[in-house]
Amino acid sequence: MKQSTLFKVATQSILKNKMRTLLTMLGIVIGVGAVIVMVAVGSGAQNAIEKQISSLGTNMIVITPGSSTQGGASQGAGSFNRLTIDDAEMLISQSTLLTAVSPVIVTRIQAIGGSGNWRTSVNGVSTDYLTIRDWAVSAGELFMDDDIRTKRKVAVLGSTVADNLFPDGNAVGAQIQLSRSPFTIVGVLQPKGQTASGEDQDDVILVPYTTAQDRLSGRSFLAQILASTASPDDIAAAMQEVSLIMRDSHELTGGAVEDDFTVRDQTALAAAATSTTSVMTGLLAAIASISLFVGGIGIMNIMLVSVTERTREIGIRMAIGARGSDVLTQFLVESIVMSVLGGVIGIGAGIGGAALLGRLTGWATSTPMSAVLMAVGFSAAVGVFFGYYPAHKAASLNPIEALRFE
Amino acid sequence: MNASSTHTQPVITVANIVKRYQMGQNEVLALRGVDLTVNKGEFVAIMGSSGSGKSTLMNVLGCLDIPTSGSYVLDGVPVNGLSRNALADLRNHKLGFVFQGFNLLARTTAIDNVELPLLYDRTSRWTNTRQLAGDALTRVGLGDRQDHEPSELSGGQQQRVAIARALVTHPTLLLADEPSGNLDSRTTLEVMALFQELNDQGITILMVTHEPDVALYTKRIVAMRDGRIIRDEPVAGRRRAADDLLMHDSDTPIPVEVAA
Repeated sequence: MKQSTLFKVATQSILKNKMRTLLTMLGIVIGVGAVIVMVAVGSGAQNAIEKQISSLGTNMIVITPGSSTQGGASQGAGSFNRLTIDDAEMLISQSTLLTAVSPVIVTRIQAIGGSGNWRTSVNGVSTDYLTIRDWAVSAGELFMDDDIRTKRKVAVLGSTVADNLFPDGNAVGAQIQLSRSPFTIVGVLQPKGQTASGEDQDDVILVPYTTAQDRLSGRSFLAQILASTASPDDIAAAMQEVSLIMRDSHELTGGAVEDDFTVRDQTALAAAATSTTSVMTGLLAAIASISLFVGGIGIMNIMLVSVTERTREIGIRMAIGARGSDVLTQFLVESIVMSVLGGVIGIGAGIGGAALLGRLTGWATSTPMSAVLMAVGFSAAVGVFFGYYPAHKAASLNPIEALRFE
Repeated sequence: MNASSTHTQPVITVANIVKRYQMGQNEVLALRGVDLTVNKGEFVAIMGSSGSGKSTLMNVLGCLDIPTSGSYVLDGVPVNGLSRNALADLRNHKLGFVFQGFNLLARTTAIDNVELPLLYDRTSRWTNTRQLAGDALTRVGLGDRQDHEPSELSGGQQQRVAIARALVTHPTLLLADEPSGNLDSRTTLEVMALFQELNDQGITILMVTHEPDVALYTKRIVAMRDGRIIRDEPVAGRRRAADDLLMHDSDTPIPVEVAA
């Protein structure tokens, strides 16, 4: 029998029993749909987590002071601080991979102005700071390089500080007192929320690091230097580069001398979070695959019933000259057509279901193309795998017994 | 186009056919050595009560069953030892089946049913299968019912679709198993008239029946009992179904004669 005729015969037979075909396909539709919804939810969660992690600072490298040892007892991180503006400037001038560098000077100061006063962290930073932290202003603007050069007394308020000192929201342009010096507020930052450890990131005031050093801190050492690269792929190389430049800057020659600074990045955290969500996605897909498997058993069940029910038809076909292989192919094509059709409908249902779920719950969902292709391939495989046994059973029937079957 | 009996080669040559099979604990000897030769253009009735072995013989002749021993040559082809696939091809090329229960595919139009044997042909000798199926339906008088499904046709019409399906491949032999078993007297006459017409056109027909008056429309009666042929003789007082049909329609009772 020709391929086209075979396909025609199989589809005819499927269409002759619309209700049964629909019910059989339902198992595959639900199975494939569930796989796609689960994978969509899983990869949506993965994207959301990756986005959250990147909001901590895209491609960020943190350089902090190293530790010192006195009489055999380590004094812990930051006990030996030689982190200076010169280090930051050396990184800017010598690094090929870093795209943004900002020194960070941290002081705690009582800010007075607006409707009252507020004790907060005042950070002296460069203009790159917001780029590194993936942060933006909601009103006004950040200070300029010119403000840094001329050590101008300008400040940008975090949203918590702005809310407390200027509840009416007209902070930009107003004056506040920091250590008895008047600072002009040039901008207010967008709210960034809490860190993982519960620290309010918005309880902060940013000022030019030059001004901070002169007017507020009085010290020449930095709490940390923040830097970032153009892409996460550059992070590893950039960290090595930073180490070399820092050692050079601190004149640490020879391998025996330990670093007096620490270089860290966010990728370890990001990798842990990503692997957690991919485990979750895998788990969801595995659960959904079980329903696809059950759907396949449903197809086998119906095909077996169908073989019994159509024993006489098989007998007739054999009597008029159908070979066993003709009957086998017919039943196999039927189950493959049913499962692939069910798979295609399931993809539609899955994408629709994922979108609906996304709207109802507010979860970000995305359907990867690989999941769609996998679902189609899997449903075709289900058709062949679960269709083969009933088809083989049909093909091995004895024509006389099949014809005599009531 | 005539029914003369001068032929070079028989359609069926069967020698000492034995068929034995297990039925639970018991061994059943369905055929105990059957010899039969059927020539081209013959119209043979195989008669016998149930258990006489006539259905088993029919299955063997129809290449549906393989005899335990004995030889069978169908239209010059030795059937013994052929594979399942070869038997399927042989059925497709040389045989046409007509069954008691019509055995049409349900929910399938008449023309689709008739076309089916042509689609299973592997030699691709048929090019316009749709046209051939339509012609076969016209030949049995159902040219206007091509797109009707079996459920929309009467018993007689269904049997004629089955006959069209058997004829469409131009088989060497038409095998009919109780073709009138499910039909009333009038449609039985219709089907017999069609068989006689086809036989007059040169088609060899072998028919199993247990109704003596139906057997009278054939040319030769082979009677079986207990797996053996007990009588094999030409029909005396052969009837023309077309004539009987006219008598039937004019409400004249059909004279019943039992074969001598």
